[in-house]
Amino acid sequence: MRATIGRMIEASGLTKHYGRTVAVDNLSFTVSEGRVTGFLGPNGAGKSTTMRMILGLDRPTSGDVRIDGEHYRDLRQPLRTVGALLDAKWVHPNRSARAHLSWLATSNKLPGTAVDEVLDLVGLTSVARKNAGGFSLGMSQRLGIAAALLGDPKVLLFDEPVNGLDPEGILWIRRFMHRLAEEGRTVFVSSHLLSEMSQTAQDLVVIGRGKLIYQGTVGDFIAHATENSVLVRSPELGRLAEVLSAEGAKLSQDGDGLQVSGMDSAEVGELAAAARITLHELSNHAGSLEQAFIQLTGGTVEYQAATEEGPTA
Amino acid sequence: MTLLAVERMKLFSTRSPWWCSLIALALTVGFGALMAGTANTETPLTVAATQFGYTFGLVVIMVMAALAITTEYRFGTIRATFLAVPNRGKALLAKTAVVAILAGVLGELAAFGSWGIGKLIKPASDLALNTPYEWRAVAGVGLVYAVAAVIAVAVGVLVRHSAGAIALLLVYVQLVENLVSLIPRIGNDIHRWMPFTMSAKFITGDPDVTLRNINEGPPLADAGLSPWPALLYFAGFAVVMMVIALAVANRRDA
Repeated sequence: MRATIGRMIEASGLTKHYGRTVAVDNLSFTVSEGRVTGFLGPNGAGKSTTMRMILGLDRPTSGDVRIDGEHYRDLRQPLRTVGALLDAKWVHPNRSARAHLSWLATSNKLPGTAVDEVLDLVGLTSVARKNAGGFSLGMSQRLGIAAALLGDPKVLLFDEPVNGLDPEGILWIRRFMHRLAEEGRTVFVSSHLLSEMSQTAQDLVVIGRGKLIYQGTVGDFIAHATENSVLVRSPELGRLAEVLSAEGAKLSQDGDGLQVSGMDSAEVGELAAAARITLHELSNHAGSLEQAFIQLTGGTVEYQAATEEGPTA
Repeated sequence: MTLLAVERMKLFSTRSPWWCSLIALALTVGFGALMAGTANTETPLTVAATQFGYTFGLVVIMVMAALAITTEYRFGTIRATFLAVPNRGKALLAKTAVVAILAGVLGELAAFGSWGIGKLIKPASDLALNTPYEWRAVAGVGLVYAVAAVIAVAVGVLVRHSAGAIALLLVYVQLVENLVSLIPRIGNDIHRWMPFTMSAKFITGDPDVTLRNINEGPPLADAGLSPWPALLYFAGFAVVMMVIALAVANRRDA
């Protein structure tokens, strides 16, 4: 089966039960070719389970997921198509970084030079002969990325790549993601940190308690989920309020200005100009990604603190 | 072939297989030396006696084989393996083959090492390999080790935890098969058909074992088959275990 052009990962009705726990619940989404798609959700939302199902490690209870039109399990030399970093600890501690990459390369008939190239790429050449057990988390993460890049794949999956890293490591990973995207690869990266995604991703797939909450661009997500408002100040505030409310804007007093919602700054400006009203300030107040996230997933956080008032769903 | 190369790289790029191999050889050959050293005119050194230590080596080989797969589960490298080779059956069979070949080679080294050290210590004794029985007693050790390694890998796949798999294997090989014969009436009949009894029969059985002193070799087996069918039975048991293990690994979440 050939994938619809541009859809690199396609999940349809993906469901996973562990006993009576529903980890992933009828999840359908697509990841577009050549874009960085953030996979966002609170801890325990089912991100890792979904990733494991994409990669054929876990068997879906029902539903289906394909990469470039094929099931992962049917890929002949999967490392040439898909690179994945799910857990940087999946390395034998007494095996050297080079030996780890070497057996992976051999398994997919990749040339030995690929090992040196990826080691160089992630900056581990000098410690290649050291046992991976002695690596710091940041180094392990780099080794995991090296393993993912071995086969020069067009699709990359990363599960919480910045988790537990120091700022330097986070910056390195972030730059690396940008670089992969610039090379035209499809990157699907999960995180529970929104700020991280806003720095890295173009598209978002947001889940909560195993269910799809949102799929689309980062920009739309913020617009969709937050009340964007425009702050205006004017010496003729009363007349401005009349003009704006006549056009259907919602208004609220904010100090000596007005908060206008349901209308963007361009419209407000044009209406004011048409009515020959002087403006002293016209500024956009974009809602933050964090606000949007909490607003959307508030009702679906798996482990909500019992003592707190939960955010309204 | 590619997958065999991969599993060989994985096996020999860690330390535990090397240690287990050394221990298996040291135990068996050491026992051979001990038997040779203590032999005298009353209990002369025989070919069978040189192989006294093979069961000790067998246990170490099974530990090595179980560790080869359980450490993959322990460190998550089994998932890295299944990501690189999504056909789990192929990946696990390649590992089993590599471990079995190593076990077979170690078995031959251990057996001929024990035999050789006997010849070295007691050059006067008759250690010529000139009957099928004597050949089986020495060269057969490699076959038994190889099959036992397959069983150990299968148990490792099923149990996944190193300690659990090793405990299960040791308790089974060392205790269960022997204690079964204590069950009244039917115990002995069951014992005669147990897999490791069969493997012992292959090494020690025939021709007329009643003539042999217990000091002259590994304990004798009362298995229900003659030596070569007994080995086939043992191998059949390994195949059944492996088939179950592969079916489970294929269905299970990695």
